[in-house]
Amino acid sequence: MDYLSLSGTLLYTAFILYLVAVIFFAATVRDKRQEKQFTFVNKFAITVTSVGFLSQLGYFITRWIAAGHAPVSNMFEFVTFFSMMLVLALIILYAIYKVALLPLFTLPLVLIIIGYASVFPREITPLVPSLQSHWLWIHVTTVALGEAILAISFVAGVIYLIRQIDQQKSTYRTKWLEIVMYSIISTIAFIVVTTTFSLTGYEAEFVYTVEATEDREETQASLIYHLPAIFGKSDAELVTDGRMDALLPAPDWLHGEDAAKKLNTLVWSLAVGLILYLLIRLFARKRVAALIQPSLRRTNPELLDEICYRSIAIGFPVFTLGGLIFASIWAQEAWQRYWGWDPKEVWALITWFFYAIFLHLRLTRGWHGERSAWLAVIGFAIIMFNLIVVNLVFAGLHSYAQ
Amino acid sequence: MNTIICDTCGHHNKEGTTICEKCGKPLNQDTQKTLLNMRYDGTAIRSKTRNRSIIDKTWNFFSSIKVGVTLIALALIASAIGTIYPQETYIPQTVDPSEHYRDQYGIPGQIYYQLGFHNLYGSLWYMILIALIGISIFIVSIDRGVPLYRALKHQAIKRHPKFLKGQKLYGEYSDYTEEDKQQLLQHLKQRRYKITEKDGHYLAEKNRFSRWGPYVNHLGLIIFLAATLLRFIPSMYVDESMWVREGETEVIPGTNQEYYIENQQFIFEVYGDREEDEIFETALENNGAIVPRHYETKAAIYQDTSDKEVISEPELEEIKRGEIIVNQPIKFDHFHIYQDSYQLNEFQSMSFKLHETEDADEEAILEFTVDLVDPERVYEFDNGYRIELNDYFPDYELSDGRPRTTTNYPRNPGFVFFVYGPDTEEAEVSFLAIGQNLAAGENQYKLSLTDFDVRNVSGLTVRKDLTLPFLGLGAFIFMIGLIQGMYWQHRRVWIHPTADRIYIACHTNKNWFGMKSEYEKITEGTPFTEIVDQENKNE
Amino acid sequence: MSKLEQAKANKKNKKRNRIIFRSAILVVLFGALAFAVFSNLTADDGATVDVGDKAPDFALKQVATVEDLGDLQLSDYEGKGVMLNFWATYCEPCEREMPYMEQLYPVYQEKGVEIIAVSVDATELVINNFVNKHALTFPILHDKNSQVLDAYGIRPLPTTYFIDEHGKVEERVLGELSLERLEGYLDQIVPEGS
Repeated sequence: MDYLSLSGTLLYTAFILYLVAVIFFAATVRDKRQEKQFTFVNKFAITVTSVGFLSQLGYFITRWIAAGHAPVSNMFEFVTFFSMMLVLALIILYAIYKVALLPLFTLPLVLIIIGYASVFPREITPLVPSLQSHWLWIHVTTVALGEAILAISFVAGVIYLIRQIDQQKSTYRTKWLEIVMYSIISTIAFIVVTTTFSLTGYEAEFVYTVEATEDREETQASLIYHLPAIFGKSDAELVTDGRMDALLPAPDWLHGEDAAKKLNTLVWSLAVGLILYLLIRLFARKRVAALIQPSLRRTNPELLDEICYRSIAIGFPVFTLGGLIFASIWAQEAWQRYWGWDPKEVWALITWFFYAIFLHLRLTRGWHGERSAWLAVIGFAIIMFNLIVVNLVFAGLHSYAQ
Repeated sequence: MNTIICDTCGHHNKEGTTICEKCGKPLNQDTQKTLLNMRYDGTAIRSKTRNRSIIDKTWNFFSSIKVGVTLIALALIASAIGTIYPQETYIPQTVDPSEHYRDQYGIPGQIYYQLGFHNLYGSLWYMILIALIGISIFIVSIDRGVPLYRALKHQAIKRHPKFLKGQKLYGEYSDYTEEDKQQLLQHLKQRRYKITEKDGHYLAEKNRFSRWGPYVNHLGLIIFLAATLLRFIPSMYVDESMWVREGETEVIPGTNQEYYIENQQFIFEVYGDREEDEIFETALENNGAIVPRHYETKAAIYQDTSDKEVISEPELEEIKRGEIIVNQPIKFDHFHIYQDSYQLNEFQSMSFKLHETEDADEEAILEFTVDLVDPERVYEFDNGYRIELNDYFPDYELSDGRPRTTTNYPRNPGFVFFVYGPDTEEAEVSFLAIGQNLAAGENQYKLSLTDFDVRNVSGLTVRKDLTLPFLGLGAFIFMIGLIQGMYWQHRRVWIHPTADRIYIACHTNKNWFGMKSEYEKITEGTPFTEIVDQENKNE
Repeated sequence: MSKLEQAKANKKNKKRNRIIFRSAILVVLFGALAFAVFSNLTADDGATVDVGDKAPDFALKQVATVEDLGDLQLSDYEGKGVMLNFWATYCEPCEREMPYMEQLYPVYQEKGVEIIAVSVDATELVINNFVNKHALTFPILHDKNSQVLDAYGIRPLPTTYFIDEHGKVEERVLGELSLERLEGYLDQIVPEGS
């Protein structure tokens, strides 16, 4: 077996092991004994998680050998690595606090992230000269670890909010929490929709005209949709037989060749997410958060609050080191300037500003509990924005979208 | 400045103090019911005076954390706005920004441009915003760091019982022996607590240094921000770019004509031509365009040793030779030269042959080569032929029907040749360019391009940045401070014996869970294990 | 002195010290801010050799001449005003102002003002053709290695310096000149007493 297919198998194994671990952690929450006690099931579940982590580490190493460079150079590789770091961060914080709810909520997030990664092209990409540096893996792995630890605060924050927010009546807090729930469901919907249509081999080609410019003549270009087109490029024409033509033109203010396609994917995810969300609401006759709340009754909110804060306290220095300092050193070597105001750099700075504000508010102005949890949720939203939107929508050095 | 006199010990405390510096009695009567606020250990974080001067007002404005956090939040929002559309540096160099933003992004783009957001990070107001954050950090640190340092340095060992009762973790024990107490102290020592004693009262303390973390990291930030200002000092910073053609020697800009660089060879490799590239096959196919694997300039650096009074033909002495590769700049005398970009296959010379227009075989009467950088005017041949290069356009273009050159570089050369045969008096005129071969009238002879030579052009960036060590120092100190403050906690345990019982209180500046579990370990095997979390008790 | 008075004096002292301390720090901090603002506003606006500076001396080969005249050195013209024009054949604004320079050259030469045009073209043949086409009579120098271009820090073409008889830059013009403006600037560098 060659290294590349071995690495694929190891990643798949890790995915299965995380899935198994979730089931066991779920069992421990139903356990009537005190949360502090480290039961056998707990031990087993965390062992399975750790084996899964080792398997994923195996994926990483074998893929590194196969590619000849650290597998953190395209969207699939980076997102997969981020999920691996999330597991590592989880193991660290679980070792400190031993709260079974943490892996129970984090591992599904890990599964979603691996699923999200698998949507992107998985082939090994060659490195352009500027990326051929040890700083590639030093910088990227540290950033991913930092962001993963920060992401744990989001998990703890969400558990805290579900646990603490009064679900008796509808308030703006319950509404916002439902928006968070809906976002997570939409992400799942994105993976489900893309995977389903990709398995059926859906493809619809649209042709449009690229206007002539000073140094280029008028040409025809095509856009291939892998999802049925709800939104199409306004001047594009369907050329594949038997496929659905675009229902609506994408608005004019959207620019870029792929904008209509990206909008289409987004609308699909949000729509299917909404259907899933409404189905849950219909059957449960409750808010999604209210549905989860009863099983969290026995957890100590103060402990969740501390995990939420502690993961930021641990993650912030790591993020600073990887996302700002290592990034600057590498930028100085490869692009002759330590800082270039590239969108990705700016969003790393924004993330850093945000968590700096979090720490100041918490340490000097006593923002604990719910306020702190909401901030952790926003912080994670910023990280995800930087990981997804900035990479895929904004052009720049870090743009993995081509 | 007013003072607050402690009603227990009579100590004069500064206004704003919430806990008596000497005995630790809470000074603010309202706080008695709830827990003590231990931030900055209850010292006055800033002095308030009634007759404030403008200096005091400015000082107090910047010493507010609220102001600091607001400034960071503003910087955050501003930074985010700057990413909505590409900044000016990232749009094509050839277009006019005022038109580009409108054409590309419509009305919002135009508004964006007119508000100056296209150059947001270089704008004055953004710079001032960051500078104000720096000022805030500086003043906040002095205003809080100094009193905190004093308070912790001179902290009382023996504290008022109310002080202990006001702590989050507090316990009262009556049933204990002297042995138990000694064991407790022993355990504290084992866990690296520093124990001080006064009149049978104990203070166990560890990791106080972690309290200085914020001040150390702020110091690092201030050094970093100050270092960014050094860039404005002319001799500290050079940022130039240059193009060097293979075989050419050019003056290196930014070095006051002291250094020259020769491009001896430019090497360019792409993916896909080696066996080990098989693994990238799918990716390369999907990408379509060629992907460069490696490019480098083999270069020699020279120093001009001639008299610098007059700028004239340099006398060059080689000082360094080596490769300039992406990620591996060549370095000399604080200058770094980076491989930046390239232009492949620029024309260097072109060869022509002359033949009879009527000759179907185009048999060459003569052949000659024109150097495209320094062409000769006249080409004479033994057989009586003479060719004159009447006009030459390195980068030929027709403008208003007239040929002219648009740049210095032979990217699209055009030639006007005068051909004199052995038997012709009048010159025959030919015009040649890529894809064009025009004759003026009925020519007996015709010129044809037979061959050409190309060479590569290497794009290099010249950098000298003497501010880097200071920036690095700032970043290093910042990291030290961050780790020191975030990965350690300042923990204290007070032991207060009275006639019939003992009071124990714990404080940590953060991570109460850790403090609680450490307390469990410290009190293992003693009767002091039960301690009340007074915060949760209230719920 | 009573204890109370002493305490009062003490307090006053402390207050004064505090004001001095705070003022000093604020002055340093806002001084740094002012420095940053000032530097940002005056950042890179074109050439490095500016009005009031001494024009760096150079020696370059004269081209487009019938016989070899060798190098021409700027300092040879000390005592005369010098108009130093940086240009290139591919630069259209340069081409448009050349006839004005040619027109005024003999007039101002009599008044003690020389015109020197430094071409930054790579190819000598191209310069020769250009000079012949426009029948230029003032000295044309060829800055083949771009040394003088670099020393003067020229960015846009044309850039023109008007240098007085002491070698000091009187005026610097980025971009094209009209006949009237050219005359005005040339008048400024006519040596005194001539």
